[in-house]
Order: sequence, then C-alpha cells, then structure tokens
Amino acid sequence: MEVVKNAVRMENITKRFGSVVANNAINLELHEGEILSLLGENGSGKTTLMNMLSGIYYPDEGQIYVHDRPVTIASPKDAFDNGIGMIHQHFKLVDVFTATENIVLGLEDEGKLDLKKAGQKVKEICDKYGFDIRPDQKIYDMSVSQKQTVEIVKVLYRGADILILDEPTAVLTPQETDKLFQIMRNMQKDGKSLIIITHKLHEVLEVSDRVAILRKGEYIGDVPTRDANQQSLTDMMVGRSVSLNIDRPAPVNPRPRLVIEHLTAYDELGVKRLDDVTFTANSGEVLGIAGVAGSGQRELLESIAGLYPIAEGTITYYDPDVDYTDPANKPKNLVGMDPMSIRKAGIAMSFVPEDRLGMGLVGTMGMTGNMMLRSWRKGKGLFVNRKDPEALANRIWKELEVVTPSTKFPVRRMSGGNVQKVLVGREIAQEPAVLMTAYAVRGLDINTSYTIYNLLTEQKMKGRAVIYVGEDLDVLLELCDRIVVLCGGQVSGVVDGRTVTKEEVGLLMTQHRKEGAE
Amino acid sequence: MENKKVHEPLLRMAKRAEGLPGWKAWGIRLIAFFLSLVVSGLVIIAISGLNPAAVFATMAEGAVGTNKSMWVTIRDAMTLLCIAVGLAPAFKMRFWNIGAEGQILVGGIASAACMIYLKNLPTMLLLLVMVLASLAAGGIWGLFPGLFKARWNTNETLFTLMMNYLAIRLTAFFVSKWENPFGSNSVGIINSQTKAGWLPNLLSPGYNGDYGWNLIIVLVITVAMYFYMNKSKQGYEIAVIGDSVNTARYAGIRVNRAYVRTIVLSGAICGLAGFVAVSGASHSISIGTAGGRGFTAIIVAWLAQFNSVVMVIFSFLLVFLQKGAQAIASSYNLSKDVSEIITGIILFFLLGSEFFVNYTVHFRGKKVEKK
Repeated sequence: MEVVKNAVRMENITKRFGSVVANNAINLELHEGEILSLLGENGSGKTTLMNMLSGIYYPDEGQIYVHDRPVTIASPKDAFDNGIGMIHQHFKLVDVFTATENIVLGLEDEGKLDLKKAGQKVKEICDKYGFDIRPDQKIYDMSVSQKQTVEIVKVLYRGADILILDEPTAVLTPQETDKLFQIMRNMQKDGKSLIIITHKLHEVLEVSDRVAILRKGEYIGDVPTRDANQQSLTDMMVGRSVSLNIDRPAPVNPRPRLVIEHLTAYDELGVKRLDDVTFTANSGEVLGIAGVAGSGQRELLESIAGLYPIAEGTITYYDPDVDYTDPANKPKNLVGMDPMSIRKAGIAMSFVPEDRLGMGLVGTMGMTGNMMLRSWRKGKGLFVNRKDPEALANRIWKELEVVTPSTKFPVRRMSGGNVQKVLVGREIAQEPAVLMTAYAVRGLDINTSYTIYNLLTEQKMKGRAVIYVGEDLDVLLELCDRIVVLCGGQVSGVVDGRTVTKEEVGLLMTQHRKEGAE
Repeated sequence: MENKKVHEPLLRMAKRAEGLPGWKAWGIRLIAFFLSLVVSGLVIIAISGLNPAAVFATMAEGAVGTNKSMWVTIRDAMTLLCIAVGLAPAFKMRFWNIGAEGQILVGGIASAACMIYLKNLPTMLLLLVMVLASLAAGGIWGLFPGLFKARWNTNETLFTLMMNYLAIRLTAFFVSKWENPFGSNSVGIINSQTKAGWLPNLLSPGYNGDYGWNLIIVLVITVAMYFYMNKSKQGYEIAVIGDSVNTARYAGIRVNRAYVRTIVLSGAICGLAGFVAVSGASHSISIGTAGGRGFTAIIVAWLAQFNSVVMVIFSFLLVFLQKGAQAIASSYNLSKDVSEIITGIILFFLLGSEFFVNYTVHFRGKKVEKK
C-alpha cells in the first residue's frame, strides 16, 4: 500500500464562542489528491472548522499542518499563502465587474495590473478544468452556477491546491451539480485536494472518496465512501437510527383554495420577474414549487402575500367555510391587498419567507417579540398583549427544541437552524388556510428537516393548502402531491409528484415554456 | 520566540457569544468613567500643573455647588432630556431626525408668539395654549420630511438638516419683528413685568427660584415615552421598522403611515422642548435658543440606546460636564478648550466602553478558561 500523504492535518483543534464549544479537540486529515466530504448536522461545527483553515477564525487550541509543516493561519491571506482556498456559500463578487476583474481583485502583485495577461491566465484555467465562463463576461450576466465557477477560478488563480467548497450544490440544478462534480474530479486528477461540505447524502456518496463526520462539535470518525450508504451515514451523523422516509398520504378532499391566473410582475428596474404564471393550489395538498434559485419563487410568494407589486393577473382565494355553490358568494381577489388588508379580510395566510431575518423575523428581538409579529394588533387599546406570544414562544421553544437561553434572547444571535425553527413554528401555529414556505428546511439538519416535513404533511391532512418552495429535488418528489416548475419567471410545467422523475423536473427547470416540451 | 515558526496573533477580538449580564455591562461603563477621570486628571496636570482633585472639586462646585447652580443644571438637563426623548422614537425607527434644532426653534417661536399676542389670557390657559402651539409647530416641522420620506423616499437626514436652516431664518425674521427695545436686534425678556406665559416656581411663589415645573413636565414625558416605546402597539411597530422595513411590511405594519406618525411625534416633543426653553428658562427667543442642543441630544439618545429612562442619567452627565467645565475655565483662568478636552476624554471613554461590552479581547498565550 502506498504511503498516504496529508495535504492538511488539523490536530486537536478547539474553538469556543463564549460558552459554546463549536469544535472540541478535532483531528481531521485531508489526504493529497482526495475528495473528502465533511458531513454533519447543523451546528455540528463543519463551517467553523473550515473557517479556521481559511483564516476567518483562529483556533483557541490545536495546531494545523499543511503538507506536514506546522502553520499559522490568522487571516485569509495566510490561507492563500499556504495554498488553501475556500468557496463560500454566499458569493463575494462585484456585479458590474467582469470575471477577470473579480478574479484579480485584491491581489497584491508587483507592478501594473495587466488585465489582458490575467484574462489569458483565467482562460487557461477554464480550459484546463472545463469551466464554462468567458473571462470578459460581466457577473450580472451570469447564472448562479457560473458565478460559483468564478469563485472557484478565483481560488485556483491564486494557486490554491487545497480547495474547500461550502455547500456548493445548494443553488444548483441537478445538471449543474453533475457538471460541478465532473470539474471536481478534473481538479482531483490534477493533484488538488478537495473538501466538500454538503447536507445531501447522495452527493456525498457520488463524489467523495472519504467521508468525515462531525456531531455537535465532536469528530465522530471517517469512512471510505465505498463502505458507506445513506442510512449508515445518517446514523453516524445523528447518533441514532433515523427513518429517512417521508410519509405521503393521499390529498384529503382537494378543492381549489388559491387560483392564480396570468400573474405578471416586474421589479423596481422594470425586469419581468413573473411572466403569465397560472396554477391552482388546492386544500389538503402539498404543492411544490421547483426551479433554479431566482426563477421567480420569491416574487411569486411575495405577490400572494401582498408584498410585491402585481402588474397583471388575478389571485383568487376560496374560503374553506364559504359555500361557493351559492352564487351570492364570490371568491376574493387578493391582488392589490397589502398584508394588513388580507388579514382584515379574514384570510389566514402564513408565509415563511426566504429571507428569515430580513423579512420573517426581527433579529434584535427575542422569541416573544417575534411571536408578536403575528399578533401585535390583536386586542383593544393602545398596548400590546405580551402574555399570549410569550406562551406561544415557550411552546415552540419546547416542542421544536429550539436552542436558546431564553425567550428574550435576540434571534439574530441564534444559529440558523434555530432561527428557522422559530419562524416555521410561528407560522404553523397561526392555523392558516394557506401555508407558504420558501426553503423551509434550508440550513436545517436531517433530523429537524424531517420534523418539518411531518409538520407540513400534518397541515395538509388538516385540509390546509400548503405551498412548498424547495431546492432539494429528492425531497420535492417525496413530499409534494403536485409540483409547479418555474423557469425564468414562467411556469414551465405542472407535474404529478408521485410519477415524475428527477430528470424530468431538472429538464423543466432549465426550459422556457415557449421552446418547451409540450 | 523569534525562531519559533508558529505563533499566535498578539491580540484577538471575539464577539461575545451571549450578551453580558446587565450589571457587568454597567460595571464596564462605570470603570470607563473612572478611567476617563484619571486620564483627564493626568491631562490637567500636564497642561496646567494644577491638582486634578481640586479641579474636579471645582467642577462639581460649579455645577451643583449652590442651590441656584443646581437648579440651573437641572433646568438645562431637562431641556436636553426633553429633546433626546423626542428623538428616541425617530431614531429607534432608523429615521435620522437631525432636525431637532429646527423643531426646538419653531416650538420656541410658537411659545413666544403666544406670550406676545395672548398675554391677557389667564395664566393656566395661556400655558396650555403655549404647550399645544409648540407641540403643533414642532410636529409640522417633522411632518414635511415625514411625508416626503413616505411618499418619495427622500433622504430624511438631509431634509431635516435643511429644515434647521429654514427654522433659523424664520427665527431671525421673528426676532426682528418682535425686536424690543427697537434697534437692539433681540427680543429681550418677554413680559418681564407681567410674567405672562412664564413657568412659575414649584416650591415657592415667584419665578426663576426653582425649575420644578420643567422637571415635572419633562419627567412625565420621559416616563410616558418609556411606556409608549416598550408597551404600546405603536412602539412595537417602531421597533420592528427600525430592525427591518421588510419584516414590518410582512407583519402588516403600514410603514409609511408609521413614518409620518412617528416623525410628527418626534418633532412635536422637540417643539415642546422649545416651549420648555422659552417659557421655563430664557423667557426670550433668539436664533441661539436651540444652541446646538438638538445635536447634543443625539449623543444622549444614542448613549442611552433610546431607552428614555436611561437618558436621564446621560442628560445630567453632559450638562454637569458642561457646567463644571465653565466653572474651571473661569476660576482657574484656563482656556475653555481645556474643559472641552475633559468633556471629550470622558465621552471617548464612555463610547469606547461599548466595544468592551460587545467584544472580548484574548491575548497571546493566555488560555481561554474552560467552562
């Protein structure tokens, strides 16, 4: 057997934030020329650990070795000097710059900046690994996948031979994911060592050579990928056996609850974000919305919630308690209503927006203050009722196992998963007629994700219309009764969640209706 | 150490994961305050060679040493507090009302106008009319930037700032209109014979003996504002908007309406501060009536993090420093700049202490204690 050389060795790494131990005495090895998956639930310390490699955090204890040399990584520059580059979840690109300009931004080379030469070098890198970008292409002209590519090239341009990718597939279609994996393999062949952080087990199995697992800040162990399967990895991650099946009972008595017709909307700059969108959300059914990030999901949900200006079209709401066979009863059109009018019209609509802290929650307030977002207007008089929201906060705290020191602790300082629990918990507690969720499980660990899926199914069984905007196709196919696929603001297809295949949905996601399949 | 390849950075800052308990945070601020006294003491020695203890004693003596000086300190602190309390709701909503200066002036003009034109009304009625008029004037001064912000999303910082200059010019106009005696280019003391429209003493008959009414009026408003901000529905709306406008819209808060309402309230209370300054202190009006207090109050409001009850402490602190500084300037024949330096040092330490409230500093080699 050949001797394994380590590209990176982290020895006894400990990192604390206040009284929270994010990483406890972790020993991690990345072999030269391998793809290592770093797997773990939310808050298990994956990103913290990688941030110490990339110079964003500095470990409290422990030592990092790069190619068996002890090193100090106190800044991202130190990381680059050691050949380590990290591709973050959120891109850090200047929109109006070209790919090359973004790539050389921040480089401290001697002499005059030679963009032409830099562009040449960018092109060489692209050709070598099969990247699909032009050096002179502006960022705002790029798809999400291309932007990610720029981030990767940026790291390679700086000469990194150790790459860390933090949940790179979260924003990609299945086809784009495949392409990324191909590129990762090309880089591996070229002798680079890669670490990929992901929640998606099938991707772990597909792309990596070895899997390292963290749980609650502890290093649990590592296994060669060929000896692992989804169930064994989940069990290691969670620490006990977890069922990976989503129960999908048949829809109960589905009746149209929201009928959306010819919905068209423009953003502030006059760009068409929704283009003649038509579909129906039924009661007692989970309606999935699939699409590449930025295909109009946000605008669609916000339009329904009364938060986005609608140019054309209708949104018709059928109240579950009204008999529409009586011609005297007319359904309500929600177009032109703001959230307060919708509420005043007696329509219970819940909405888990994509931007948790920017729209769904008040970061500086605690759980109680955030519960009040839905109830602050209730009751007579000038003063707010704090008692009921406090009770609700306590209930959610307990039922969803939110980790927080108190109901007054600002939600901004909770971890992403807990923030999400507060928001989803509140919205489900409204007993809504329509429940809309955008990426309800984004950032949640497997265990909590399944809790949320079950909660949504429970809502469906209570006869509520559930709209689920999701990014994980496997889950969409397992959870939803019907799936609306969006592409570029248009509906490119409405499919049956029970019979459609992942490839079909993936294809629809990239296919405009006009040139479309049917 | 030099030939060791691996070394930790000398200093590292880390954000405190959980907030400090209240008493610890206040402890840090208190330590900062004492440190600031030590440093300003050293500066005093370096500049003047005087005994800092004596200088501080003179400051205290000048600010609160006599009955009269104490009441003057209270009076000025109350005016400052009233403005800061007025700014609080606007600032909490992230509506940068830089226009307190102008709102004070128009409130003052309204009060002075009542004193001049309605001097024959019964005392209580006149005072009530003055209060309402100054509230209305300040409110209108806030209404314009509020409406423009709500309707066209204009920048309220520039708008309110420019409204100050408008108010100064307006004051200059009324000063020349009400000039008394003619040619003095000042309004002089209004109703100096009849005292009509003057806030009377609280504890004894007469005027200018104590400023008890200033104290009561402003403290009542301060407490009311505390409840408004923390317990009322509108106060909740303000807090949500201040954190995220989108969240406010999501929660069904009518943001534009809240903008206009809140800035009118803010302007109105600053207008009332104009009443307190005219009727309760100077009994006159000039372009110096606001005297920069509209800006100083911003510091008070921020230091207290918009908690109106905490503002009481900071208003007193700032006025105390100001009065004390004047005292040492006159009794030691020091330049007024020395007292400004001391005030600056104290503010520097107090503002700087907020860093240590929010962050911890780790030194090289020192192990972080385990829990």
